Amino acid sequence: MGSVSTSATRLRDDLAAGRISSVEATRACLDRIHQVDGRVQAFLRVDAEGAMAAAADVDRRRSQGLPVGLLAGVPIALKDILCTRGQPTTCGSKMLERFVPPYDATVVRKLREADAVILGKVNLDEFAMGGSTENSAYFPTRNPWDLERVPGGSSGGSAACVAAEMAPWSIGTDTGGSIRQPAALCGITGLKPTYGRVSRFGLVAFASSLDQAGPMTHSAEDAALLLEAIAGHDPLDATSADVPAPRYTAELDKPLDGLRLGLVRDHYGAGLSSEVEAAVREAVRIFESLGARTVDISLPHSKYGIATYYVIAPCEASSNLARYDGVHFGYRTDEPSMLAELEAERRAALASSGDSARAEAAVAAIDSPLVRLYRRTRAEGFGPEVKRRVMLGTYALSAGYYDAYYLKALKVRRLIRNDYDAAFENVDLIIGPTTPAAAYRLGEKANDPLAMYLEDLYTVTANLAGVPGISIPCGSTAAGLPIGLQLQAPAFQESRLLRAAHRFQRVTDWHLRRPDLS
Amino acid sequence: MALSRADVEKVSLLARLQLGPAELDRLTGELGRIVDFVEQLSELETREIAPLAHALDVANVFADDVVKPSLPRDEALANAPKRDDECYRVPAVLGE
Amino acid sequence: MSDKVSNPTSTPTHTPASNAGSDAAGNSASNSASTAPYELVIGLEVHVQLATQSKLFCRCSTRFGAEPNTQTCPVCIGLPGALPVMNREAYQLALRTALALHCEIPAFTKWDRKNYYYPDLPKGYQISQFDLPMSRNGWLEIRDPKGEFAPKRVRITRAHLEEDAGKSMHDEVAGRADSRIDLNRTGTPLLEIVSEPDLRSPREAKAYLTELRLLLVYLGVSDCNMQEGSLRVDANVNLHIATPEGTIATPIVEVKNVNSFRAVERALAFEAERQYEAWLETGQRKGDVPKQTRGWDDQRQITYGQRHKEESSDYRYFPDPDLAPVTITVEQVERIRAGLGELPAATRTRLESDYQLPAYDADVIVNQESAFVAYYLAVADGCGDGKQAANWLTQEVLRLMNERNWTIGQFPVPASGLVELLAAVKSGKAPATRAKELFGAMVDGSLALDAAMERLGIAAVSSSEIESLCRQLLADNPRIVADVKSGKAQAAASLIGQAKKRNPNVNPNDVRATCLKLIEQM
Ligand SMILES: [Zn+2]
Repeated sequence: MGSVSTSATRLRDDLAAGRISSVEATRACLDRIHQVDGRVQAFLRVDAEGAMAAAADVDRRRSQGLPVGLLAGVPIALKDILCTRGQPTTCGSKMLERFVPPYDATVVRKLREADAVILGKVNLDEFAMGGSTENSAYFPTRNPWDLERVPGGSSGGSAACVAAEMAPWSIGTDTGGSIRQPAALCGITGLKPTYGRVSRFGLVAFASSLDQAGPMTHSAEDAALLLEAIAGHDPLDATSADVPAPRYTAELDKPLDGLRLGLVRDHYGAGLSSEVEAAVREAVRIFESLGARTVDISLPHSKYGIATYYVIAPCEASSNLARYDGVHFGYRTDEPSMLAELEAERRAALASSGDSARAEAAVAAIDSPLVRLYRRTRAEGFGPEVKRRVMLGTYALSAGYYDAYYLKALKVRRLIRNDYDAAFENVDLIIGPTTPAAAYRLGEKANDPLAMYLEDLYTVTANLAGVPGISIPCGSTAAGLPIGLQLQAPAFQESRLLRAAHRFQRVTDWHLRRPDLS
Repeated sequence: MALSRADVEKVSLLARLQLGPAELDRLTGELGRIVDFVEQLSELETREIAPLAHALDVANVFADDVVKPSLPRDEALANAPKRDDECYRVPAVLGE
Repeated sequence: MSDKVSNPTSTPTHTPASNAGSDAAGNSASNSASTAPYELVIGLEVHVQLATQSKLFCRCSTRFGAEPNTQTCPVCIGLPGALPVMNREAYQLALRTALALHCEIPAFTKWDRKNYYYPDLPKGYQISQFDLPMSRNGWLEIRDPKGEFAPKRVRITRAHLEEDAGKSMHDEVAGRADSRIDLNRTGTPLLEIVSEPDLRSPREAKAYLTELRLLLVYLGVSDCNMQEGSLRVDANVNLHIATPEGTIATPIVEVKNVNSFRAVERALAFEAERQYEAWLETGQRKGDVPKQTRGWDDQRQITYGQRHKEESSDYRYFPDPDLAPVTITVEQVERIRAGLGELPAATRTRLESDYQLPAYDADVIVNQESAFVAYYLAVADGCGDGKQAANWLTQEVLRLMNERNWTIGQFPVPASGLVELLAAVKSGKAPATRAKELFGAMVDGSLALDAAMERLGIAAVSSSEIESLCRQLLADNPRIVADVKSGKAQAAASLIGQAKKRNPNVNPNDVRATCLKLIEQM
């Protein structure tokens, strides 16, 4: 198990050197899944057969001296929001329970071309909406460090499966913190790339202008390798950046001398737990000991980040999720019972009202069968959080409210980005906490959506501005729960982020700690 | 701007969601609190600020006008909840 | 439409606006009134399918007539995760059209989502353009060579690019049975061209549509085939009624999906009467009721109200985050404008000034496809007589094309063949009296001039043959010779008839001149 669990980079090197076969490594992952996933519940679907076949194929080609890809034989888990050809892709929703895409997402295609071995699809908040993975239509995923706590979300399955050593690494997606926050809560490394750095083609959209896929790994070194495999321009995604992707692994060891770290004054206020604050301050001291210089900066509009995000993301989502209407794919309500319902409503309308004009009006107000088909399908197919956001976005875009909410939010979004631009005039990276606190208990915030939204305080602004961010483990609470440190960089400076994180991980061992699931 | 139950009901039709009375009540409260929270944006003076709809400053992204193979029909229709050999099927759309 | 190759004299008879200078609706339904008591106000929205090979946002074929759901992919089915990428050619075609319509081209344009639910719209939104369309503020001039209305520039509000929806098919006989959805058409590029409410009669509306279609076909941006849905028309109509309290406007009605130009004329005429009667009955004015949508029933020749839910017009437009905006420089715009070539209005002017054609002839020629104009120009330049060429084209060529349902491209005699015929007639090689017959033979047999002459037994007659024929005639007709000698030159005319009997190929002028010459020598 050793080489599978500690580092994907080392596993790749061991595979290349013939010290382990891909079949053995894959088998080890499947065994571990078998052993612990009953408790963690990270996987929605394990494709043992497909994974073993892919592993055997890589081993065969390698033994024949044929060329193999960058990630040859290394197993990986995918958030179940990336389309996999011929394999169900549910987005954690009942709506897509039986949806089987006829195509691969570009990220998936690149992983296959790199000869990665896909173990299966992991759990998430429905359509990536949430921060705890409790919004999955199937089951909540547990935090491997404390099974009574949430793993974070929406990429909770991706974080938990890596933390619990069921996969050496995984792919998550991040719309407002959905890679970085679960990485922080599960004690792993999670990188949200610059918007446009990784293709969104085949990544089922939540909020198109904010979504990015990225690596979830044990270390920055692994994140560099995985990002190298999935980054790059994609002609199928018009918002993909036509900017060459560097070889991130080759730049990891460049020196950090003179690195200017921006400490965001606004981050240290009410709501930040003292344990998280202490761990972050200690991490800053470590960076200073490595030769970095800290500069106090301000992102004056970051306090509006949550409000801005919770307008823009639901607006885009309300439109992106309109396609789930029971016509061309996905769930459809039971038609006979729908028609019976309409008939009953018609009778009731006719019976309840004495005069015929009023009865006629009451009947006319009843949905047509098609409208009712849509409404029942969506009511039955979506969970509460998705409905909440679809309603919110529909409201904010509707006649009379567009300027006050959506347009206003786009303008504040510009102010938030301007803050970043100004800050990066003076600093190379911004450093701070990933989350205000460590993992909370399952169910603790389930009935308070607004409280749940406020958790995204430190992460949403990077999505709004489009800049990259990484979360790395930097400490532990008294109760033994991981704490995450967030670094943010200017657009397309993932190398700088990874280099700083890698340097930190060379002198700390938080990223090497593993939960005890024995 | 207070959000009324009637507003929520109207939005539920726009969003094509069927909501029961209890759900309508709950959402009226929840959405109202979120909308109140979002109201803080109105503190900011933004008259001169250009909206930012795309995080990445790209323009003029085009594809060449070259036909590529479509999906075989069976594959295209494979995910349809109701279909025949050729088409998707829905309740009659006459007069909608 | 069947009148693709049409002779303007075959347009439906139409009651002209009753009083010169009046803007009254010239609709046949109201021909009892001497002056309509209202002004008909029409704005048109035209959707044109652009002639690209692939769809607007994916690379599926746009070919018409394929088996249902055989031209779709994850993008145009709107499958989860699929993303649109704009077709460059569609944008270019839209830009060419906008420039030909004299539109301003803003430096920045973007695409928006128009959100609504319909089974033929799989994403739940249509990608269109809302507040920053790719072009705006243009115009198209319409003229009527018969003078039924004064020439006018119809203002174009905007022209923007958007995607088409699929098709819902419903078997009405089956009653409540399912509708079937075909997504082949989904995502086909459409240019929506919106006019200002500048049109004042069904006749003007038809002229606008005809001129617009001509322009689109000239530009090669669309085949404008209405049967295949390549061109679709919606009309916004209301009335301005003069009352003692001043002019009032009636509620605007949108008449949707009228599927031929003639139907547009009829639907508008019907609406004028219907709205006037509705106003007399209800007194409703614009603003009193929401905009109503009506369909046109071609069988019954009436418009009918369509069910319309109030909320359905809240489209919640917002910028599509999946698509990048498009920017364009003045230099790029000018380069495209310079490459447009000559447009129909300019061609008409040129035919009138350079070829001395009456406006009517120029109009008939230019209203055909541009290949017809090229044919005309080749004939006119080849024979050196623009009017003669126009006569041949508007009478013989067009007549044959209409009879046999040909396009000019299918016409069996090339322009050079007609030039050759005209030259032969001029030189006397071919008899002028049999020129049309010869042309018919060339057309029927796809023959060159010589072969056609041979087929008809027309041989060129040499001057020595004519001279010996004339000598014989003079010998056989001493009285005519005497009459001519005594000064009655017109007496020679009867010789021509006899000459034609003996040899139908002779040129009467030659016979006459030769006879007179020989008599003089006697
Ligand atoms: Zn397609």
